[in-house]
Amino acid sequence: MDVLEIARWQFGITTVYHFLMVPLTIGLGLTVAVMQTAWHRTGKEEFLRMTKFWGKLFLINFIMGVATGIVQEFQFGMAWSEYSRFVGDVFGAPLAMEALLAFFLESVLLGLWIFGWDRLPKRIHLATIWIASLASIFSAYFILVANSWMQHPVGTEIVDGRATMVDAWAVFTNNTALVTFPHTIFGAFAVAGGFLLGISWFHLYKRRQAGIDTVDAAGKVIVGESGTLGKNRDKVDYQVWIKSLRIGAAVAMVSFMGVALSGHAQAQLMIQQQPMKMAAAEAACHDGTGFSLLSVSDLRGGGATTCDNVVGVFEIPGLLSFLAHDNFTTEVKGVNTLLPEYQEKYGTHLPDDPMYGERAGSEINYLPVMEVTYWGFRLMITLGGLSAVAAAVALWLTRKGTVPHSKWISRLAVLGILAPLGGNSAGWIFTEMGRQPFVVAPNPSFQGIDQVFMYTAAAVSPGVSAGEMLFSLIALVSIYAFLLVVEVVLLIRYVRGGIGSAMPELHEHPDDGDKDTDVLSFAY
Amino acid sequence: MDFLPTLWFILIAVLWGGYLFLEGFDLGVGMLMKTFAKNEKQRRVLLNTVGPVWDGNEVWLITAGAATFAAFPYWYASLFSTLYVPLTLVLVALIFRAVAFEYRGKAHTLAVRNAWDWAIFLGSFVAAFGVGAMLALSTTGLPLNANGDRVGGPFAWFNMYAVLGGLAVVAFCLIHALAFLGLKTDGDIRARAARLVARWLPVALTPLAAWAVAVVLLNRSVVALAPLGLAVGALLFAWFRARRNNEGLVFIGLGVFLLAGVAAIFTAAYPNVLPSTIDAAFNLTVSNASSTPYTLKLMSIVAAFGLPLVLAYQAWTYWVFRKRVTEEHIPEAHNVTPIV
Repeated sequence: MDVLEIARWQFGITTVYHFLMVPLTIGLGLTVAVMQTAWHRTGKEEFLRMTKFWGKLFLINFIMGVATGIVQEFQFGMAWSEYSRFVGDVFGAPLAMEALLAFFLESVLLGLWIFGWDRLPKRIHLATIWIASLASIFSAYFILVANSWMQHPVGTEIVDGRATMVDAWAVFTNNTALVTFPHTIFGAFAVAGGFLLGISWFHLYKRRQAGIDTVDAAGKVIVGESGTLGKNRDKVDYQVWIKSLRIGAAVAMVSFMGVALSGHAQAQLMIQQQPMKMAAAEAACHDGTGFSLLSVSDLRGGGATTCDNVVGVFEIPGLLSFLAHDNFTTEVKGVNTLLPEYQEKYGTHLPDDPMYGERAGSEINYLPVMEVTYWGFRLMITLGGLSAVAAAVALWLTRKGTVPHSKWISRLAVLGILAPLGGNSAGWIFTEMGRQPFVVAPNPSFQGIDQVFMYTAAAVSPGVSAGEMLFSLIALVSIYAFLLVVEVVLLIRYVRGGIGSAMPELHEHPDDGDKDTDVLSFAY
Repeated sequence: MDFLPTLWFILIAVLWGGYLFLEGFDLGVGMLMKTFAKNEKQRRVLLNTVGPVWDGNEVWLITAGAATFAAFPYWYASLFSTLYVPLTLVLVALIFRAVAFEYRGKAHTLAVRNAWDWAIFLGSFVAAFGVGAMLALSTTGLPLNANGDRVGGPFAWFNMYAVLGGLAVVAFCLIHALAFLGLKTDGDIRARAARLVARWLPVALTPLAAWAVAVVLLNRSVVALAPLGLAVGALLFAWFRARRNNEGLVFIGLGVFLLAGVAAIFTAAYPNVLPSTIDAAFNLTVSNASSTPYTLKLMSIVAAFGLPLVLAYQAWTYWVFRKRVTEEHIPEAHNVTPIV
């Protein structure tokens, strides 16, 4: 592997990893804010417990997002210095604004929320979680503006060989960003919904298994209490789980609808902005209208600039045209039509320029790795759809107040937490890999500024050796693997501990409280 | 004079100053976890003096990095790619440190807590040293070619300024943290911290002062003599007050020393943002490394609104958590017991 390939693996791995934590932070943050608001409004104990329990899991996850986020910012300069030089004038601005206007707010206010339970007036304390979680959504907007500019560079001119911003309004209202933002945010809420659903299901099932909750002849729940296993398996405990479960299922279903609608809008832009990505998503060699359900090829034949060995096994006629053009007849261009167009427009070979390193003068392959784009696209849709169906089924199964007494469904519910996470990752891998060989994709249909593009091969740091890049890749991958185990172990421990894990005061005797009122309500 | 690039050069200096001032004491507290705290209770007191604020402090680093990317892409690209290996270590350090802050208290055994303490200690040390080395090299020069790329191997950047800058920030963080503990705790910790500050303050501040003097001499900067003089004055003031045990004034003195020192360093380096040690013609300067006036103007408007706001709510946070943290305030540790 050379520097470029290592740098790409590193960016891919660190970004996908970072984005395991981010959606849960975004989705769960606002959910916790809503729970605390419900407590503030109604004064009901179950909402306080929900806030504390989900808030605890939120924080265990949040810190990993913070820790891995710094890598994201640093590696543009470290591993992609030519990219940074070329795009800095445009791309740097949203990143700097993210830090100054959003991430500061999120970090500082979250500190206030965590430690402020007994230091702030209730109303202000409630405001801190709202501001922090809204800031995380604001943060996502800035990052997606930056990413969308790589997919669809607008508001920009090339001056002295670098991209310069000429229209900030265009950059910050990029139509790609405006559809990617809801898609990503709904995707994040789908993750939070699945998380609430899976964990609450697990607890309700355990209550049934322990004989605490039973059902009557009509299948309706009879809520019980357990005095032996600690105070937190009382009737309030039941309320926490059933409400969390049903909120989670509802959030997951609504999110899926949002994801689907915004995804549809995205596909329609993609067909104009990056037609090759759409063709590669379908493994469509020839023009057509059908959405492929299964295509096969001899995989090792790929890598070349050809698309002749893909055989469509089964496709739904008209569906691709609907996705792209809202009708069933307009043909969507296939790879074999697009390749000559790209070659004519951008050349068949990379320029013989030292900035391309070893790749200077080599042939350009405009075809993304189709196995990745094709299956990435399908995995995203399948996992997203499955989550939505599962959420609907969950609502139906729990309509009489509790979960069925079935170990297997309970396991499926817990496993289902991974589905929306996987869907998010698959979608991002698809859209980023589908942009190749460009790091900044050209705009074929927008005359005037279509010189704004950059090949990934030109973006990597020329001064950094493969050895250095490999060192950081190995270091980060091992640390990330280790920390993922730590995070998951902690999450499981806190989940198994139930509400008491986040509210130790439930275990203690509340009567002898007066003597140590000075003790911090929360401390590291 | 390029007005907007100069303004942004100043703003980036302000961001680094803000970062070193704020994260200075939480990096220092991190290093004191293994060297100063006597027992588990004291370690938890230390941790909780910075608990609510360290994450917000760290955002100054992220903002400084992102602002450099936006305002001086060439500076950002050359500096970060040239220092690839040390910055990788800084990232590893910051990752472990952040996670350890949050996860330490969730450990069930003292052995695991001890492991996280090492992560906090080493993470704080490596991050402080690395950031110091990076800033020292940025103000004294790196082996860059005409394109701004490193000439030489992965360690071609290494020289005595890297060591001096690293030491300067580590030592400053330690003394700053001790002064901070004087304001934030009571009892044994407070008393011992005060004694250490009085004894070690001049030694701890010498490397940073030496770095500032070196940059001023290298650039023969007359203007920078003013902030340099202020820094030396603040050092003497802080030392004098430390011997009289005026904790608040010591802390203020240290802050003025740091900010004046950073001002002297950046003023002397101006208009270079990153000199090349290969050829002065390859120097990155405020004019040849900056973004366009359009972008800088946009960013200036955002900063004019955003930075005061950040300062306001961050200051409010320190006000909310102004109470001293003592051993009596630390709740008992609770192990999480599975109910299912």
